[in-house]
Amino acid sequence: MQKYSVPLLVTILLIVLVALSQSGAMDLYVQSIILFMGINIILSSSLNLVNGYMGEFACGHAAFMAVGAYVSSTLNVWLFAQDKFFGPPLLPPELALYFFPFVLLAGGIAAAFAGILIAIPSFKTRGDYLAIITIAANYIVTSTIINMDSIGGARGFMGMKKVLFSMSDTIDLPWILIWVVISTVMTIWLIRRFVSSTYGKGISAISQDEVAAEIMSVNTNKMKLIAFMLSSGLAGIAGGLYAHILGYINPGSFGILKSTECLVMVYLGGMGSLSGSVISAILFTLLLEMLRFVIPWIDTIMHWSYLLPDSYHLSQVWKWVLIPLILILLMQFRPEGIMGNRELSDIFPRLKKYYSFK
Amino acid sequence: MALLEIKELTQLFGGLCAVSDFSVALESGELVGLIGPNGAGKTTMFNLVSGFYKPTQGSITFKGHPITGLKPHEITALGVARTFQNIRLWNDMTVLENICVSQHYNMGYSIVDALLRTKRYLKNEKRIYTEAMEILEALDLARYAHEVPPNLPYGLQRKVEIARALSIKPSLLLLDEPAAGLNSADVQDLIKLIQRIHKEFDITIWMIEHQMTVVMTLCSRLKVIDFGSTIADGTPDEIQNNPDVIKAYLGDDTI
Repeated sequence: MQKYSVPLLVTILLIVLVALSQSGAMDLYVQSIILFMGINIILSSSLNLVNGYMGEFACGHAAFMAVGAYVSSTLNVWLFAQDKFFGPPLLPPELALYFFPFVLLAGGIAAAFAGILIAIPSFKTRGDYLAIITIAANYIVTSTIINMDSIGGARGFMGMKKVLFSMSDTIDLPWILIWVVISTVMTIWLIRRFVSSTYGKGISAISQDEVAAEIMSVNTNKMKLIAFMLSSGLAGIAGGLYAHILGYINPGSFGILKSTECLVMVYLGGMGSLSGSVISAILFTLLLEMLRFVIPWIDTIMHWSYLLPDSYHLSQVWKWVLIPLILILLMQFRPEGIMGNRELSDIFPRLKKYYSFK
Repeated sequence: MALLEIKELTQLFGGLCAVSDFSVALESGELVGLIGPNGAGKTTMFNLVSGFYKPTQGSITFKGHPITGLKPHEITALGVARTFQNIRLWNDMTVLENICVSQHYNMGYSIVDALLRTKRYLKNEKRIYTEAMEILEALDLARYAHEVPPNLPYGLQRKVEIARALSIKPSLLLLDEPAAGLNSADVQDLIKLIQRIHKEFDITIWMIEHQMTVVMTLCSRLKVIDFGSTIADGTPDEIQNNPDVIKAYLGDDTI
């Protein structure tokens, strides 16, 4: 029973979500929130692999998202859509439906290889110095894209919507929703399997004492390479999904701000806690959406009470003041995050009776 | 053929000569001590053997293979285990996990097996678990298997570290000051433990130690170094009366 409860729950969730979106009971806005929740879960749990379990401080996660987003978008548009850069589609657009998971995976693999860019310096470098390298990697990736005119450069790249439309023309289902749910579940499941195996625990050994890890036969360089590649590969898949949801990407959306968002989610959830990452990604997405309403309210209240001059209006830009502020408050008052390094089943041991997740 | 053979080893850190022209040959089954005043280069010696430093000059051969230039984890996989002067257990893992993770040299499965939970993965995880429990039982640590090291007293943490080193089935065990920070009762236990593992596990032990009771009871042969060079070599009794050793430890009386 407990062996099947999680797969059953996930299947029910998927069916309910698809039914709701097909029948129109769930409007596009709610649907987009759910999609972004899934993407944020992938981003936070994959970054947690490096920042939480391995104890490194990588703050350029958006770079790998960008690689995945650009690779899968250009592949999809090149193969299946009429585009001003690439001309007519190479393959009949009906096939997009079947190729979508492979294109997504190709984006992930490309991002995993981009992950080598920070994995190799990490062999010799740790801590703050590695953090600087990851920031540099983020800038390298975004400025490379800005300077590539063939994929739109700074103006961005679009055409992914056309691919999505031809997918739902073939079989009328909310495909992007289905793939977001599947990728999210697969990500959590892969990371869970990795970190709970004795092999994967090698990265926790590195985080706790790298010298002891190396002397007790853990091939630290190989483990770091695997962890960085897995983490950035999953971020690449998240990026690919993100690009297809929005239908438009530009290098600006994969800057240091996006990386900060990922960091906030990891530290909010708790380092080395997979359930923490999931919970914090959900809360964070909801919080961002709430701010969309709350900021105008605050604006109205402040104008009403004459705290702000009539000429000034609080805009959504304030979101980017509030999010880093959360990080500051978190580090001050609860540095271990919501869950610390515990999992949900450690806090509620009785849950173990109902599910096993491996 | 000697198990470990070090020939004319020299290690320079910039202008500082940490080890100079050091040679030793350990025969299989020996229990040898390495002593010397603080800063003599003893731990540097161990770091060279275990592969953390690449020697400036000289050669180290283990079971006939040259091991200079190999990575520490490769040397460990060949059968050289060591403990540290300050205990270096992984403190967020249980004692059992500490032992299991040390089996990385012999996992028997790859990352793909771990992600797909293949039969090979399940079989090897089970083997690693049973072998780890065996080693814990052999050292009477089985009841602490699910404790995290910081909850154990210092003496037991040392014992766990020795168990972890033994878990890789080494033929050479390097002990870096195993008695450091232990009280006299713990030291007696440690002496018994080392004698036992030396006999039962049939391994060669090379130890650095400052406490004379420990080295005098355990070691059949001692090597004394000071400022990186060997000043004496012989049985514990010979060493005790060697004027050079007394000078190195107590200083020269001609000021």
